[in-house]
Amino acid sequence: MSKRDLRLKINELSSALGTFKGLEIQVGRIFEEDWEEPLGPTPFPSVGTLRSWDLKLLNRYKPFYMPFCDLCCLCTFGKCDLTGDKRGACGITMAGQQSRIVLLAACIGASTHAAHARHMLNHLIEEYGRDAPLEVALNTNVEAPHIRLVCGFRPKTLRDLEDALDYVETQLVQLVAATHTGQEGDNLDFESKVFHAGMLDHVAMEVADIEQIATLGLPKGEPDTPLADLGFGSIDTSKPVIMCIGHNVLPSVDIIDYLMDHDLFGEVEVGGLCCTAHDMSRYDKRAKVIGPISWQLRFIRSGIPDLIVVDEQCLRTDVMIEAKKIGVPVIATSEKSCLGLPDRTGDDPDKIVEDLVEGRVPGVLILDPRKVGEVSVKTVMAVAPRRAGFKTLTREAVSEMAKKCRSCMECVRACPNNLPIMEAVQAAAQGDFEPLAALYDLCVGCARCESACPVDFPIITFINKAAEKEILNEKYLMRVGRGAIQDVEIREVGRAIVFGEIPGVVALVGCANYPAGGADVARIAEEFLKRRFIVLVSGCSAMNIAMTRDEDGLNLYEKYPGIFDAGGLVNVGSCVSNAHITGATIKIANIFAKRPLRANYEEIADYVYNRVGAVGVAWGAMSQKAASIAAGCWRLGIPVVVGPHGAKYRRMLLGRKEREEDWMVYDARSGEKVYVGPAPEHLFYAAETVEEALVMIAKLAMRPNDTSKGRAVKLSHYIDLYQKYYGGMPDDLHLYVRREADVPFTMRDQIMKALEEAGWVEGKIASPDPTLVDRLVRRRL
Amino acid sequence: MSAKMTLGQTAEIPGPKKAFLIPKPDVAAAMIKRAKRALLVVGSEASNIGTKDGDLVGYATRLSKIRNVTVAATGHLIGEFRKRKAEGIHTTPLMNLGDRLRDPEWGGLDGAGPYDLVLFAGFPYYLEWLVLSGLKNFAPKLRTISLDRVYQPNANWSFGSMAEEEWKEVLDKMITILEEGD
Repeated sequence: MSKRDLRLKINELSSALGTFKGLEIQVGRIFEEDWEEPLGPTPFPSVGTLRSWDLKLLNRYKPFYMPFCDLCCLCTFGKCDLTGDKRGACGITMAGQQSRIVLLAACIGASTHAAHARHMLNHLIEEYGRDAPLEVALNTNVEAPHIRLVCGFRPKTLRDLEDALDYVETQLVQLVAATHTGQEGDNLDFESKVFHAGMLDHVAMEVADIEQIATLGLPKGEPDTPLADLGFGSIDTSKPVIMCIGHNVLPSVDIIDYLMDHDLFGEVEVGGLCCTAHDMSRYDKRAKVIGPISWQLRFIRSGIPDLIVVDEQCLRTDVMIEAKKIGVPVIATSEKSCLGLPDRTGDDPDKIVEDLVEGRVPGVLILDPRKVGEVSVKTVMAVAPRRAGFKTLTREAVSEMAKKCRSCMECVRACPNNLPIMEAVQAAAQGDFEPLAALYDLCVGCARCESACPVDFPIITFINKAAEKEILNEKYLMRVGRGAIQDVEIREVGRAIVFGEIPGVVALVGCANYPAGGADVARIAEEFLKRRFIVLVSGCSAMNIAMTRDEDGLNLYEKYPGIFDAGGLVNVGSCVSNAHITGATIKIANIFAKRPLRANYEEIADYVYNRVGAVGVAWGAMSQKAASIAAGCWRLGIPVVVGPHGAKYRRMLLGRKEREEDWMVYDARSGEKVYVGPAPEHLFYAAETVEEALVMIAKLAMRPNDTSKGRAVKLSHYIDLYQKYYGGMPDDLHLYVRREADVPFTMRDQIMKALEEAGWVEGKIASPDPTLVDRLVRRRL
Repeated sequence: MSAKMTLGQTAEIPGPKKAFLIPKPDVAAAMIKRAKRALLVVGSEASNIGTKDGDLVGYATRLSKIRNVTVAATGHLIGEFRKRKAEGIHTTPLMNLGDRLRDPEWGGLDGAGPYDLVLFAGFPYYLEWLVLSGLKNFAPKLRTISLDRVYQPNANWSFGSMAEEEWKEVLDKMITILEEGD
C-alpha cells in the first residue's frame, strides 16, 4: 500500500521453471491486509493529488491578502518591491508572494509538530519497542482517523507510525521546495499547498498524541478525567520548584518518574507552562499547570522557580538571560533548542549537578530524558535552599524607579495591544499601583515594552509586583486533557450534529495572543455551552478558560461535564491533541454516516464541509503551528475564526455571500446543480471584536445539510446573538432561511417581516443531498 | 507627558509606497467633498475615542449626514449607533468590507455603486494598517484616507501623528467645513 513499495501481481506466468498462477511479489514494507475496507482513491496523496478539491474551496473562498511587508528579500536579486501590480525579479506577484509566505508559515508549523512526533517516536521505540501496541481510546476502533484517511492504513504499533511520519516528512520537503525562487508562481496553487501542509500537520499531530497516549498511559478518551491544579497560587513555594516549559513531555515524564521512584513527589513541586503542562497533567495530575505561554516570563520573574527545564516550541529564546536574573540554572533537553549550552548528555549526572549548583555553568544541554529526570531533581533540591530568601523588587523600589520614566511612550508603541503602560508606570511613581495591576489580565507577556524602554524598566516585573495579591490567589482547576473522542460518543451524537439539532461544535484552540486578555476565551466558551453547542478546547485556550470564575467561585470545568455531547466542555489536551478535534469530524463521516474512510480524503472532507457544523476558533492565534492547524481545518472544510491579531497571518479566505453562483452544489440524488446559500460563509476570518466573533461563530455553524429543525435551532442562536450585540435583525436572513419550516418559532413574526422586506422567496434555496464533488453524484436524472 | 509624541506601533514599518500627509483639515474636507461616493468606515474603538463634543461615534453620525458620505460601522459598533438612534448607518464586518472594496464591480453597501473614496477611523492600529495594506496593493483605483490621529502609511492620505487635543481640533474643523459646505 505504501507508495514506496513494489507490488507485482501476475495471473499466469509460463517460464523455464514452470507455470505459475496467481503469482504476487511485494518488495518493501508490507501493510497488513486484514482491513476489509477497500483502499480509497488517494492513499499517501502527493502535493497535487487533492489540488482539484482545494481549488473547489479556493474558488468559493477567495484569498484576501493584507501584505505585512511589500518587499521580497529571499534572494539576491532583491529586495524587490512588489507593491500593487509590480513583479519581483523572479516574476512573482504580491499575491504569489503573500501565499508563498503563508505556505512557509504552514510548513514551519507542520514541521514543528512532525519533528516533535519523530523525536518522541524514536525515544518511545527505544523504550517500548517497535511492536508496542497502539491502544488510544476506550470503546474505539477508529484509533487514528487522520492516518487512515490520508495514508490509507490502520496503525497498530509504533512501527506503523514511522510510516506515517516518513510520508509527512517527505511531503514537507516537497512543499518547502515549492517556495524556492522560481518554483510555484500562482497564488492559488500556493494556497493548495498550504492546505496540503495543514493536512500533513494533522497526521503529524495525531502521531504525536497517540504515541504518547499509548505508551505513557495518558487518558484514553475518558470524559471524566481528573481536575488538575492551575495557576501561580497552586505552587507550594515552600518546596523546591521545577518549571518545565514547552511542548515535549518526555523530559518532564522522567522528572516525575524520578520523583516517584525516589519517594520525593511530596517534596518537590513540578509545574509546567504551555503544552508541556497539559501533557504533564495528563501523565500525573499532581503536576501543576502554571499557565499558558503568556505566563512564561511573568512566572520566571516572580522568582518562584528554582530550576528551569525547557524542551521545545514556544519557549522564550532569552530564557538564559531571564534565568540568570533570578539566579536559577537551565536544563535544555532538545537539539532544536540548545540555547548555546554545553552538551553534557554523556557526563556523570552528579558531576553535572555539582556544576549547576555551584554556578560553574548557567545551564546544560542533556538529550537523554532519563538523565534530565535525575539531574533536575538533584539540582533543584540543592539549589532551592541556596535561593531561600530570594526577593523580587519591592513596591517602594518600583515606585522609585518609575520616577525616571521619560514619558517617551515607546512602551505603548511597542505593545501589541497599545496598553497604557506609560500612564500606569507614572501612576506607580506616585504610589498608585492600581493602573499597573489592571494591566496584568490584559498583558500578553511579550516584554516588547521592556525592550523598547530607553531606561530599561523591567515592566513585567513592575506589573507582577502591582498584581501580587491577584497572582497569589491564582488557583484554579482544569480538567485534564482526555485525548480522543470515543467512537461510541460519535455514534451517540453524530446524527444530532449532522442534522443540526446540536447547533454546532466549537473548538477553542491555540495560543494566548489575545487582544484583551484570556477572559474573552472563557466568555466565548460559556456563551456556546449555555446554548448547548459542544465546546472543545486545547492548548493555551484550555488553560485560559479555567481562569474565569462565576459569582459562586466556579469555573467552566466545574460547571460543565467533559462529555462529547450538547453542553459538554471537552478538553482534548495539548496542541498535538488538536488532531482529535478534526479527527472527531472525520469519525462522524465514517462511523455515523458510514462513508468509506480509507484513503478517501475528498469524499470525507466534502461530507464534513457540507454536514458537520464545526467551527474552529483561535482567539489568540500566534504561532506558525496555529497557522498549519488552521490549514488542516480548511482542507477538511472547517471554517476558522481568529482574533484581530490573526489578521497578521496576512490573508483571509472569504466567501461572497451575495453571489449566488458561488454557492451551488450538486444534489447527489439527481446530479442537479442547486443553490444552497452561503453556508458556511467564510473559511478563514479575523473578527475585530469578541462580540463580532460570537455572532460569526453561530453563523458559520450552518451547513447545507441542516434539517429544518436543525436550521431553525442554528438560526435562533445566530439571530439571538446578533440582537444581543448588534441591536437588530441580521440583514442576511433571507440567505439562510430555505423554507418557512426553517424559521424559529419563537421569532417567527419578526423573521417573516424581515424576510418579506428582503424579497425572500420560499424554496429558492434548496435542501439537497449536498456535494461539491461530481463523482459523488449517485444518480443522474 | 513628553513634548515629543511619537505614535503608532513601533514595528509597523511601511513599504516603499507611503501615504501622503494631510497638511490641514481643509485638504481632507476638500477631498471628501470632491468624491462621488465616499465611505466612512468606523471601527470598534470609536466609542472609546474622545472628540471635541463626545466620541467618534458622534462624529461619524455627523458625517453620515453629509450628502455624499455613507457610514459603515464594523465589529459590533452598530449596536452603539442604534442605541443612540442614529439612522442610515450600515454595518459590515471589516474583513468582508476589505474583500469587497478591492472588487471594482461591487455595488456598495446600498447597491448604488462603488465608492471612490474610503475613510477609516477608530480601529486598533495594526488592524487598520493591514486592511489598508490589502487595499493599497489590490484596489489600485480606490483612494483611502486615515482619519485617525496616528499616521497610517498604507493609506493614500493620512493625518500625521498628533497630540490628542490637536487631533480633536483638526477633526472637528474638517467636519465643520463639510457641514457648512453641504
